[in-house]
Amino acid sequence: MDYFIQQLINGITLGGLYALIALGYTMVYGVIQLINFAHGEFFAAGGYVGVILLNYFAGLGYLKTHPWVCLGASLVLTMIYCAFLAMAVEKVAYKPLRFSSRLAALLSALGMSIFLQNGLMLTQGVFDKPYPIELAEGGFEIGAISFNYLQILIVALTILLLIGLNFLVFKTRVGMAMRATAQDKIMSSLVAISSNRIISLTFAIGAGLAAAAGIMVGFYYGSVRYDMGFVPGIKAFAAAVLGGIGNITGAMLGGLIIGMVEVFGAGYISGQYKDVFAFIILIAVLYFKPTGIMGENVDDTRV
Amino acid sequence: MIREFKKIWKPYTIGMLWLLGLLWPLLGIHPDGTLSFGSTFRVWFYILVVTLTCVILYLLNKSQALKPMQAVIGRFRSATSAFGAKVPRAFWFGLLAVVMLAYPLLTDRYAQDVAIIVLIYICLGLGLNIVVGLAGLLDLGYIAFYGVGAYTYALLNIHFGMSFWICLPIAAALACIAGCLIGYPTLKMRGDYLAIVTLGFGEIVRLILNNWMSLTNGPNGLLGIKAPGIYIPTFEGGFSLEYFYLKKLYYLYYIALALAVFTVIGVYRLNFSRIGRGWEAIREDETAAELMGVNTFTLKLLAYAMGAIFAGLAGAFFAARMRFVSPESFTFLESAMVLSMVVLGGMGSIPGIILAVIALIVLPEAFRGVEMYRMLAFGASMTLMMLFRPEGLIPAKRVGGRSEEREG
Amino acid sequence: MADQPLLELKNVSASYGNIKALKGISLKVYPGEIVAMIGANGAGKSTTLMVTCGIIPIDEGDILYDGRSIRGVAAEKLPVRGLCQVPEGRRIFPRLTVHENLEMGAFYRRDRAEIEKDMEYVYNLFPVLRERRKQQGGTLSGGEQQMLAIGRALMTRPRMLLMDEPSLGLAPLFVQKIFDIIHDINQQDGTTILLVEQNANLALQAASRGYVLETGTITMEDKADRLLHNPEIRKAYLGE
Repeated sequence: MDYFIQQLINGITLGGLYALIALGYTMVYGVIQLINFAHGEFFAAGGYVGVILLNYFAGLGYLKTHPWVCLGASLVLTMIYCAFLAMAVEKVAYKPLRFSSRLAALLSALGMSIFLQNGLMLTQGVFDKPYPIELAEGGFEIGAISFNYLQILIVALTILLLIGLNFLVFKTRVGMAMRATAQDKIMSSLVAISSNRIISLTFAIGAGLAAAAGIMVGFYYGSVRYDMGFVPGIKAFAAAVLGGIGNITGAMLGGLIIGMVEVFGAGYISGQYKDVFAFIILIAVLYFKPTGIMGENVDDTRV
Repeated sequence: MIREFKKIWKPYTIGMLWLLGLLWPLLGIHPDGTLSFGSTFRVWFYILVVTLTCVILYLLNKSQALKPMQAVIGRFRSATSAFGAKVPRAFWFGLLAVVMLAYPLLTDRYAQDVAIIVLIYICLGLGLNIVVGLAGLLDLGYIAFYGVGAYTYALLNIHFGMSFWICLPIAAALACIAGCLIGYPTLKMRGDYLAIVTLGFGEIVRLILNNWMSLTNGPNGLLGIKAPGIYIPTFEGGFSLEYFYLKKLYYLYYIALALAVFTVIGVYRLNFSRIGRGWEAIREDETAAELMGVNTFTLKLLAYAMGAIFAGLAGAFFAARMRFVSPESFTFLESAMVLSMVVLGGMGSIPGIILAVIALIVLPEAFRGVEMYRMLAFGASMTLMMLFRPEGLIPAKRVGGRSEEREG
Repeated sequence: MADQPLLELKNVSASYGNIKALKGISLKVYPGEIVAMIGANGAGKSTTLMVTCGIIPIDEGDILYDGRSIRGVAAEKLPVRGLCQVPEGRRIFPRLTVHENLEMGAFYRRDRAEIEKDMEYVYNLFPVLRERRKQQGGTLSGGEQQMLAIGRALMTRPRMLLMDEPSLGLAPLFVQKIFDIIHDINQQDGTTILLVEQNANLALQAASRGYVLETGTITMEDKADRLLHNPEIRKAYLGE
């Protein structure tokens, strides 16, 4: 039982991170019906910029004296960096292809993904880059279940970001414009919404969330690697599909489910095949219920 | 001129500054608490020079300033094509055949090795072309079938000592079955979902190869695969057949050549067959094709199976060539590389894909010093091709997008 | 009639890929008018409106709005200048509530108080929308959606309204109601209206002038009542 609860906590932590990444897929898909293959790379870039900034602060000596300020600053700056990166990718690789075939856009996205991944490798090296994890070490125990501060921090931050996003999308003018653009681009430009700007913004927000997830994953596992975006990227995509692609609440739910399945699968079935579970869920969902759990009707004519 | 300025130079300037902003944190912030700008500016400057040249060439081209040069190239082109038309096609094919056959006699081991890799990728590229180029199904897990073929030969050879020639059809058959198994549940999905699901399947196959220690020896791979062999008659002490292993690289070259020629002919025949037309109909407009009586599901499954067969053949040969297999060789990046060959060459275009394979394999070999930039260039060229020349280097003769896509 | 037209199309051509949809259209709409454009399916009526709103780029010619060229101006900048369209098929945002749909119309505006006033005005014009304000747009009936589309367009405070087939797919009772409202909008607010319709009879009764569009060219242009009594028109478009 204790083991179960422990796994549950791990599942929530991981699931929250997948949810953060999945949101980027789902939002971009919602607005321009494109699977943004490069999204996993935004996540990896986030992990790297985060560690670069933290190391820089550590080098200046601030990390010891003002750990929380450094952490906050790194998080915010990294999110901004990835937002700008995503906007650049969108402008260069996706915007010119908005009216060409889906295959072309998908291949362009794939090309961007390979490009960014190798760009990271060339600038940062092929080896794991360690995170200064001593920041949030320690924890406490209730009975036989141990909580560590890092996990609590990650979960808290994830919840905060998810609430923030929900507020943005469902309660603000800009959020309303985003939803309108996702539903009908021509009509939204007829009521003075610039779809280009909304699309840029969507990419920026999605990448910002992925960047936050990147930093947290860096802390969680202790290091980052240039190709770390690939597998979590597919899992997060699986989460987005599971929740019904285009649906924000669905992506959060899907992320949580994928995280749980992975943790429990690894804990009770086989640790070696933990990555397989997410893929199997992805395939099963697409086969049996392509609209996902909370899916809006997917337009079948646009194959 | 002012319009031009606004349209090109303004976004270009913003773009380059933006790039600088994105590059600097990666290169200029150091863990010892210092900031530097030198390396960032150097990298940025190289990019600036290259892109600026491209933009200027583009502008010159647009403003007709390069017309004299184009005229020269055009004249040269028409002259060569006139010459080419005078000589019968059979002559060119004959010449090509002679060169291909004589190749090992004229070159060293290294060149033969590169040639074998090129031939393997030609098989893979053309096999994937059936799926992506002809039937229009984006498959991102194609390398899994290559892996199935390679492991089939490796395992049968190591455990049962079966010969390459028997294993070749078995590998093709198993890859074909794998193609059907993967294709069956996925083919009713929509285009981009199909891409992700095939990616998922490809990864599952790799993870199984990586983790099924008792069968595949996991990440360490399988050693001790025998090279292909043939029986040759000997007359020492009466007539007998001696089993002779074709270990020499140039024997392997001829096998690879035979496989590649088989693939080219096979794909060519498929392309211009009834089935090929069915595939193209599916690619152009699946709904319409179905209404015209094309059995879309069977044909899509067939495209998968055919593509898988060629990958299986290539895989079995790969195992025989390397005499070692490990899951490392069957990663997603390999799938992406084969895909980028198909895309660069021109989807559905056999000569285009062959050209792209040669370019993508030989160019990095030629520029050994910059090999680390190879995948970077792959990615960039894939995106750039989609932006500027989506039909590929040598476009296929019959091309067309799907009518639904043009509207949406 | 004022001397300067509010909207003027000068020899406009446009195409979808290789298909030429408009082959040199010229028309003028003066301030305060209702102008009807009639024609068969595929004549290029909707294309004319989409071209005017900057959704479809034009190949040749020029479009003047309020005396200035709007060729190449991004679509989203036009509602700010008072040019708005009620598109064919209404294009309600299906998963936004009725109220949110109306708010979208006022997206570019910042004057909170005025927006509230306009909202009241629209709700008074179409009381059924007030009842359904919390409902999602996609759940409304065809007639209600048409009201919502018009309401949403009014929320942009248009000087010039382009309306594409407002009667399409509506029950006859609704059609009359919609045309009454179009008349009111024109009379009370002084909004200029370019009305595209297949229902030539209704459109020409509501309008002061009319254009007849056939396969991408304007074949006739006259006062609405004269067109209404033109035997050729009656034969071709009024089924007589």
